[in-house]
Amino acid sequence: MSLELHVALRRPQFVLELECELPSRGITGVFGRSGSGKTTLLRCIAGLERRARGRIAVDGEIWQDEAGFVPTHRRGVGYVFQEASLFPHLDVRGNLEFGLRRLRAAERRLGLDEAIALLDLAPLLRHRTSQLSGGERQRVAIGRALLASPRLLLMDEPLSSLDQRSKAEILPHLARLRDQSSVPILYVSHALGEIMRLADHLLLLEAGRLQATGPLQTLLARSDLPLARYEDSGAVFDAVVEEHDVRYHLSYVRIGAGRLAVARTAAPIGHRMRVRIDARDVSLALKPPELTSILNILPARVLSLSEGADPAQTLVRLEAGGEPLLARITCRSAAELQLAPGMPLYAQVKGVALMESSAP
Amino acid sequence: MGSSDLIALWVSLRLATTTTLLLLLLCTPLAWWLAMGVSRMRTLIDALVSLPLVLPPTVLGFYLLLLLGPRGAIGGALHGLGLPAPAFSFTGLVMGSILYSLPFAVQPLRDAFQGIATRPMEVAATLRASPWNRFLTVALPLSARGILTAAVLSFAHTLGEFGVVLMIGGNIPGRTQTASIALFNHTEALEYGPAYRLSLTLLVLCFALLLAVYGMNRRLLRTTGALA
Amino acid sequence: MSWTGNLGCQCARARWVVLLVLLGSAARAAAVGAAELHVAVAANFSGPLQTLASLFERSGGDRLLISAGSSGELYTQIRQGAPFDAFLSADTEKPQKLESEGLSVPGSRFIYAVGSLVLWSPKPGVVDDEGQVLQSGTYRFIGVANPQTAPYGTAAQQVLTKLRLWDQLNQEHRIVIGENITQTWQFAATGNAELAFVALSQVLQADGSINGSSWRVPQSMYERIDQAAVVIAASPQKLAAQRFLTWLRTDPAALASIHAAGYRTAD
Repeated sequence: MSLELHVALRRPQFVLELECELPSRGITGVFGRSGSGKTTLLRCIAGLERRARGRIAVDGEIWQDEAGFVPTHRRGVGYVFQEASLFPHLDVRGNLEFGLRRLRAAERRLGLDEAIALLDLAPLLRHRTSQLSGGERQRVAIGRALLASPRLLLMDEPLSSLDQRSKAEILPHLARLRDQSSVPILYVSHALGEIMRLADHLLLLEAGRLQATGPLQTLLARSDLPLARYEDSGAVFDAVVEEHDVRYHLSYVRIGAGRLAVARTAAPIGHRMRVRIDARDVSLALKPPELTSILNILPARVLSLSEGADPAQTLVRLEAGGEPLLARITCRSAAELQLAPGMPLYAQVKGVALMESSAP
Repeated sequence: MGSSDLIALWVSLRLATTTTLLLLLLCTPLAWWLAMGVSRMRTLIDALVSLPLVLPPTVLGFYLLLLLGPRGAIGGALHGLGLPAPAFSFTGLVMGSILYSLPFAVQPLRDAFQGIATRPMEVAATLRASPWNRFLTVALPLSARGILTAAVLSFAHTLGEFGVVLMIGGNIPGRTQTASIALFNHTEALEYGPAYRLSLTLLVLCFALLLAVYGMNRRLLRTTGALA
Repeated sequence: MSWTGNLGCQCARARWVVLLVLLGSAARAAAVGAAELHVAVAANFSGPLQTLASLFERSGGDRLLISAGSSGELYTQIRQGAPFDAFLSADTEKPQKLESEGLSVPGSRFIYAVGSLVLWSPKPGVVDDEGQVLQSGTYRFIGVANPQTAPYGTAAQQVLTKLRLWDQLNQEHRIVIGENITQTWQFAATGNAELAFVALSQVLQADGSINGSSWRVPQSMYERIDQAAVVIAASPQKLAAQRFLTWLRTDPAALASIHAAGYRTAD
């Protein structure tokens, strides 16, 4: 099951050209600076750019090649735009049902009630679109797109026009979407944090060209990519909840490299969740630290060293329990510790961010 | 008001209604095409459509008379098909009114269609709406105000039509004698009493129509405002 | 400057002033002589009037500024004070009304032309010279000027009534009314109406023949279409206007021109 992409689009000021194959499960993040072609790519996949050339096939179904071009309304591609773009002449229910009504009953894979439950839309149904907040509008837009039973869901920076509160409100819904829906999602964002929270696979764009593609975890740690040099760069891990510490309000989760103490979570034992460790929260010690306030200490091995974004900093790529980990330390420390590839040491993790997920 | 004046009023109302309905039907696709493209052909058609605005109605009427006559393009074609000539008939008046009020229908429609951003149409496409379906369920509702304006302007313009009707109508009572012609005849014959009554009726009618429409317009403003 | 010198200057200046005043009044006098006469004329006579105007001017008369329109319109305008000097109507009724309302100069009213009614088709062979085509009924529409407002229309109605065709044709909606005689002619000329009752002056060619086919309706079948003219009482050029009307009535060249245009004269 895959998404074959070979897209070429020429515009006076901009050229988009890339070729890759993406998994057709889960969320593939599309990341890059503004102007790198992320939105254009999505529009080409959706069939909204008539002049795009190339080949697009979803699970063997050809949407576009030299011989033909399937128009947007026949592709079954869902699209959530940056601004919700709800129809003003219909109420919320009318918007939600728009795509649903154009499907035969047999083709509908998601019912109205399910979508309403998934996105908590029940209290909004009778409202007119002008009465909704930004976050509510986006939820309706997502629900509307899902209810059209798309083969592929495209999301173009759906959170970027929202305030912090609305973002925080929607992110859990999106994560739930990833886990509960079988529809593959292409998620465009320029916010690394969102990508780290939601994506499994990553597509990196630079100036209309493909810079890299691969599993999120791998790409995040690659020092040849600009990702590692972002302010909030780091590593993500799939963790399982092992134990709760009622007394100290902590929970313990297990990753490949060991056990991490995190803020108390309501998730049950055995629950899978994603955790994130920022590079700036990792410091290194050659010997196991003693009598330190830091709870999370993981044995790791140095893979490589490279320049940080800041001339005073060095980026250290580590491997911990078979999974990549990033640490950002001063060049001086790196020199004094005489760090070199292959060296075993201990990573001290000051903060672990829990990314709630509802998958069992 | 005399019975002949009432009949004339009735002819006027029938003419305005028929013309408006036909204009909406014909001009909606035309206006859509004009709104959506940029080719030079469209500019030409745009100019042609606006021609009735600047031509004096008597000039328009005269050319219509030629067109509808047995040697003219329209009259000749109909004659060839064995159909009666359209001059001096209600059908002929409708043809003339359509041409005369064409820009009043096309321009508000075209402006309304142009005002719909491409986004709603793209969204509708991703929601599996075919081009025709998109037009019916998204473009038309969002253009409701423009459609209303086009309908009202065409109706009112046809109601007040005089020059064209004069030239190609033949003043046949019950068929082509409209209220404006009847009014003209009264003033020509120096019958000022009936003239006042008839013109007052027309005035009140038009005013009531405009009031109703502006009321509707306000209601529509709520639902077809900026895209949420 | 000495006192005597001053006086001398003043005298010189006075002489210039007198000269200028004389020149000015001479100019004004000349202008009065070259005044324009503003003449309102019924549409059907506007063509012949153009010809008469150049005749009049060449024979030393005033220049004419011609405004053509329907007699009804012109009558209303005159009542509202429009600045015409003379009015050539298509009938006698409007000039009579003006006179009874004190808006025209008494005694200036006279009949300047008599119209002839013609049944006409632009196609040869359609109208026979006895008008039998009216009875034969193969025509769909027949154009008639508005009987309420145009004397040629009234005359046409009289003819059709005499032939016992008016009611029938009306019921069958075959009579198409032109607002004025020109429009009536257009109905037939464009082929939309097969026949039309028009003025002889509209279809008479320069060589005296009529294009297409026609029937000159005998005068006995309709009331004479007398066209009367008056001088407008409010005119600032009454004498000049009267001069023109008198010329129109008596000058042999003028009368010949009127005849050539397809009108008869009162005498």
